[in-house]
Amino acid sequence: MDGNAPLYATRVKVYPRAVSGTWRRVKWAVLVALLGIYYLVPWLRWDRGPNAPSQAILLDLDGRRGWFFDVVIWPQEVYFVTGLLILGAVGLFLATSLFGRVWCGFTCPQTVWTDLFMMVERLIEGDRNQRMRRDREPFSLGKAARKGAKHAAWLAIAAATGGAWVFYFVDAPSTLAKIFRGEASVEVYFFIGLLTATTYTLAGWAREQVCTYMCPWPRFQAAMLDEQSVIVTYQKWRGETRGKHKAGDSWEGRGDCVDCRLCVNVCPTGIDIRDGQQIECIGCGLCIDACNETMTKVGRPRDLIRWDTLAHQQALEQGKPPGPWRAVRPRTLLYGALLTLVAAVMLGAFLLRTTADLSVQRDRSPNFVRLSSGDVRNSYTVKISNKAQEERRFALDLRGLPGAVLAVTGASDTAASRLAVHADTVGTFRVLVTVPAAAAPSGSHPVEFTVRDESGRETATHSSVFVGPAH
Amino acid sequence: MPTKIEKDSVTGRDTTGHEWDGIKELNTPLPTWWVYTFYACIVFAVVYSVLYPAWPWVNSHTAGLLGYTNRAELTQSLDVQGRERAKFVDRIRTASLAQIRQDPELYNFAIAGGRSAFQTNCMQCHGAGGAGSTGFPSLVDDDWLWGGKLEQIHQTIQYGVRNANDKSRQSMMPRFGADGLLTPQQVGAVTDYVLSLSGKATATPEGAKLFQEQCAACHQPDGKGNQEMGAPNLTDGLWLYGGSRDAVYRSIFYARNGSMPAWSERLDEATIKMLTLYVYSLGGGK
Repeated sequence: MDGNAPLYATRVKVYPRAVSGTWRRVKWAVLVALLGIYYLVPWLRWDRGPNAPSQAILLDLDGRRGWFFDVVIWPQEVYFVTGLLILGAVGLFLATSLFGRVWCGFTCPQTVWTDLFMMVERLIEGDRNQRMRRDREPFSLGKAARKGAKHAAWLAIAAATGGAWVFYFVDAPSTLAKIFRGEASVEVYFFIGLLTATTYTLAGWAREQVCTYMCPWPRFQAAMLDEQSVIVTYQKWRGETRGKHKAGDSWEGRGDCVDCRLCVNVCPTGIDIRDGQQIECIGCGLCIDACNETMTKVGRPRDLIRWDTLAHQQALEQGKPPGPWRAVRPRTLLYGALLTLVAAVMLGAFLLRTTADLSVQRDRSPNFVRLSSGDVRNSYTVKISNKAQEERRFALDLRGLPGAVLAVTGASDTAASRLAVHADTVGTFRVLVTVPAAAAPSGSHPVEFTVRDESGRETATHSSVFVGPAH
Repeated sequence: MPTKIEKDSVTGRDTTGHEWDGIKELNTPLPTWWVYTFYACIVFAVVYSVLYPAWPWVNSHTAGLLGYTNRAELTQSLDVQGRERAKFVDRIRTASLAQIRQDPELYNFAIAGGRSAFQTNCMQCHGAGGAGSTGFPSLVDDDWLWGGKLEQIHQTIQYGVRNANDKSRQSMMPRFGADGLLTPQQVGAVTDYVLSLSGKATATPEGAKLFQEQCAACHQPDGKGNQEMGAPNLTDGLWLYGGSRDAVYRSIFYARNGSMPAWSERLDEATIKMLTLYVYSLGGGK
């Protein structure tokens, strides 16, 4: 064995060339829309009154609330977020089985930010050939200036990205002012720094290596793709045999591919789509634009590289009449059904969501108390969560223990039938349950606490036990 | 032992010049990044030992230019905590117990503070949940020796029971048997009478007569006790020192006279108020 053989392939730096065309325009539009959403959403305001944040979307970690317009999520309801993630995953499966790696090519943050960084690089350092030439040149002041300007611009974008991330968790306008005055918390500066570093590294330096080596998604997306998925395809039967073509030469006996290598030069991952489907291809469609440019120039039909299914290509290659695209297949039906099911469950859970919760904890030290009259008493800590944005009164009741009397010890002498809980808080009450000696159960006896809000609409229950002396 | 540095013909690398029984060692230098990290650590250590306490002295140590100490840091964080609590503690000091109960925010702070103070100072005798044990009153029931109203509990905690404090709760039950005030036979008769009040024995006329003569002054003619004197109610089912005939006999023969410290001598005013509210919340007072 050759002792000097490296364990890892060295990276061949990719210098993607600028390209224009339909899919480039689509990618720009998606990029503007997604970055717009990302940077601007924290600045949306939403009036919730004086005691609640006025940010439309805010994940308040200190206050332990998720604010989404008029919906407030408490920490115990984090399953709504889980549900959204499941919807996202199944949606991704469905999109992939229909249109291949559209997520990767158009909407993945890695793709969007890399595209943005490449655009900046092109503005400052010029296009592919200029960049390659400059990288080969020895050090010079001009080279250093351009490189410096590029990295400064990248870092500025990365810092804005990290800043926008932080604004989803804290109030955006006041925190922005604090950041510049140096008054924001250590956590704010830390996370801005962290996301600045990751954005700069991943979009500026790592780029296609993230997709090829780091991301797990390309590794198992093959399980969602089949011969009916629409992917970026080189029409081999039409393009081969490839070769240089001079103006005026005959097209007889040769393919349409003039081997201009434009499709390779524009590829952000540096692959040759003419080699067929490969794991590095993120399905961005830029090679389609590049090839169409060339086909128009040489006067051949467009779409030598096109969006197509493997089945369709196979039929064309064998000269058979191609069947229609089968979007509805067992695979897409399954993903669609799963998507509908999860969405329905989530919608149901959301509509049935109550704004009141009850939790009861029984005191066990002592297990029970005998009063001077011989009556037996248990005490409980009752917590009522009022998730509504207004103060409410709740009536507490006990089921399953005839003769029991409820008394509340707490701030002022409140009756168990009128427990006031402030807006968006948990009210804690110490409740003493007393039963006459004759009615006291022997040992543990199941009981159920219920609360009903004043309007009589919302009810919450919690099971517990009442313990009496064994006899 | 180093002999001479030579180039290894297989790998093309230098040897270290060390040789053991014909076996030579390849020179594999540390990676550059490792070496520089190592140098950085040395620089860090030097800077650190100048800025922070580092070198031991005979009976002290170098203080460091920044003057940092763990103790100062602790004091500082305690100060910060104290300042944060001060806004509540000041309000608790000035407000009356009834006023605190009207303010849910202040009340919750007081209950939390009271629970913490209870776990430190009171649970040794009264139990973690305030259930007490033989000789140490339960604070969760409705039977109060010195009164279960907020102000009464407050006074009991402040000045304690049967201690040297001027304002301490005071009363003294005579040692009826031990000091010869009653004969053992008479103590037995009174014991039966006391137990008969809660239906646990049959009284004799002698016991009834002795009770009215010797005990009724404090425990009242009907035996229901007197909170002014700390005299327990003898007619209910709760017995601080046990309700068996033997235990009650001993209580009368030797007397009990339990005591509690005056907490105003040990705890600040706000803490005692918080303790009062916490103890009151345990059983709802009386």
